[in-house]
Amino acid sequence: MADDILLSVRHLTHCFRLSKRQVLRAVDGISFDVQRGEIFGLVGESGSGKSTVARCVMNILRPTQGEILFNGVNVCDAAQRRANKKMLQTQRQIIFQDSASSLNPRMTAAEIIAEPMQINHITTPRGSCRAEAEFQLHYVGMDASYLDKYPPELSGGMRQRVAIARALSMEPELLVADEPIASLDVSIQAQIINLFKHLQEEHGFTFLFIAHDLAVVRYLCDRAAVLYHGKIVELAPTAELFSNPCHPYTKALLSAIPIPDPRKERARPLVKFDGKGLRGEGRLEEVSAGHLVWKEAET
Amino acid sequence: MAKLLEVKNLSVSFMTGYGEVQAVRDVSFSLEEGEVLAVVGESGCGKSVLCRSIMKLLPGSASIKNGQILLDGADITRYRERDMQRLRGRMFSMIFQDPMTALNPTLTIGRQIAEAVQAHEPKISKTALQKRVAELMTLVGIDQPEARAGLYPHNFSGGMRQRSVMAIALASNPRLLFADEPTTALDVTIQAQILDLLREIQQKLGTAAVLVSHDLGVVARAADRVAVMYAGKIVEIGTAEEIFYEPRHPYTWGLLRALPSFAKDGEPLYTIPGMPPTLINPPRGDAFAERNEYALAVDYEEMPPMFRITDTHFAATWLLDERAPEIVPPVGGGWNGR
Repeated sequence: MADDILLSVRHLTHCFRLSKRQVLRAVDGISFDVQRGEIFGLVGESGSGKSTVARCVMNILRPTQGEILFNGVNVCDAAQRRANKKMLQTQRQIIFQDSASSLNPRMTAAEIIAEPMQINHITTPRGSCRAEAEFQLHYVGMDASYLDKYPPELSGGMRQRVAIARALSMEPELLVADEPIASLDVSIQAQIINLFKHLQEEHGFTFLFIAHDLAVVRYLCDRAAVLYHGKIVELAPTAELFSNPCHPYTKALLSAIPIPDPRKERARPLVKFDGKGLRGEGRLEEVSAGHLVWKEAET
Repeated sequence: MAKLLEVKNLSVSFMTGYGEVQAVRDVSFSLEEGEVLAVVGESGCGKSVLCRSIMKLLPGSASIKNGQILLDGADITRYRERDMQRLRGRMFSMIFQDPMTALNPTLTIGRQIAEAVQAHEPKISKTALQKRVAELMTLVGIDQPEARAGLYPHNFSGGMRQRSVMAIALASNPRLLFADEPTTALDVTIQAQILDLLREIQQKLGTAAVLVSHDLGVVARAADRVAVMYAGKIVEIGTAEEIFYEPRHPYTWGLLRALPSFAKDGEPLYTIPGMPPTLINPPRGDAFAERNEYALAVDYEEMPPMFRITDTHFAATWLLDERAPEIVPPVGGGWNGR
């Protein structure tokens, strides 16, 4: 069973120092495992610490406490990180939310996609960098005519595909997707969601998928964790989470998903969550197999 | 009910280095007092340009080629900037997509709302001004207005910022509110709250609203009527019930089917094939024909007129012509246990 776990986050805490006196605990002692070949969703409102987790996993931020094991390597430990530098840099890739600012506007699509291979000195299996870039572009559903286009010439959906192709060019085991579809149109969102689903089913990629849109999470993810103020309040297989939400915050989130049906939608009341029962200490308790819910400690 | 706004055959073009971009092509619709009209479409279909051309907030490269804009029966199409300024705020105001850039980061929220009030009532006394600011903040659901008025935009969360922007927009009791993707930059939970707020304000003050969005799911909560735009044209317009339960245009079908809420387990999501056409030289026939799996030969040749389905429901597709073959729509027709 242990071999199946690709990423293991243990008691991760990250604090941002705002000023001399103020410290913001963005992520507060969270633990979860991502199994090989699954799409694991992290859901929560803005400011709940989703992106901070992703950035800690990618070594962009250094956690204050806790450890992150990727393939059995503790990525927070400098010595272990140095010993496994190449594996860590090629096997983990991230896709950012805003493709307009995460792609260099002065590089063509072909250069962007081939850059990670040049940096990591990987011999291209398909001859040249350009052939490799073409292959990856084809993989994400674009043809060779886009190779020499610059990012500003591409539409939002196309740019996001180039960003995905860049991440895939390393053939990583883990793809961290930080709200990859939040800035796209509905019809383009559907294309990117289908692409993710295809990548997982056909090629066995593992995803850490971060989103605030629950309808997408329900459709795409195998398991999902709900974050609130840096804590996991509920973690369950997606079907279980949606059919049997236990924590009041999860219920509030579920009630906010828009239903494309005017009569039902207008009749539906919003559940508000006031943050009660999340002030002090507590821990996750298992209510059924694989379904964990935050329980506040009795005081 | 009286017609507050009437747009007749409006066409707006941008002159660019590549040629004339026809952003809005022959759009007609009307809006009654106290009604919420949602304008839905992909990015680049002309939704925002439509709103801005009614408010005359277009850049210099744009021009109204054709058509009329009637506000309360008066033709404002040829109004000059000075006349428009008298209308803006009093008659209509606008909420923008990104609350972060719409607010000035160096001024307090209270100051910015007060500024909007003062712009329309320059002689208002200090105490009356403070009272009005507090009143506006309460209206948009910011509690403890006196304390919060002294805070800066960066102290506020995205939802609170969007509420402040709404307070500014409502400062002079406009009769028509344009909301350009007001919830796109916000979370799901906040999004639902803001839409409820919009609905509540509209019922309390009787303000009419034009709600622009790319997401049909969002629109269901707030809109009375829905207009679907594609390539600068309105392709279908009707009441919310008609659009969601009995959509007639293939593009509306596509937009609805692309929503993850409609997906059946294990099936890939429906995607509309291809890309929207460029509007520099729009195709001769139906602009959607290229991407339309139900396209008929006539779609490539001739632009379909608006077919009347009911008194409120119109759609521009040749499928509604009596000579067209019968097609079972993939969505609609009581699909949701109606």
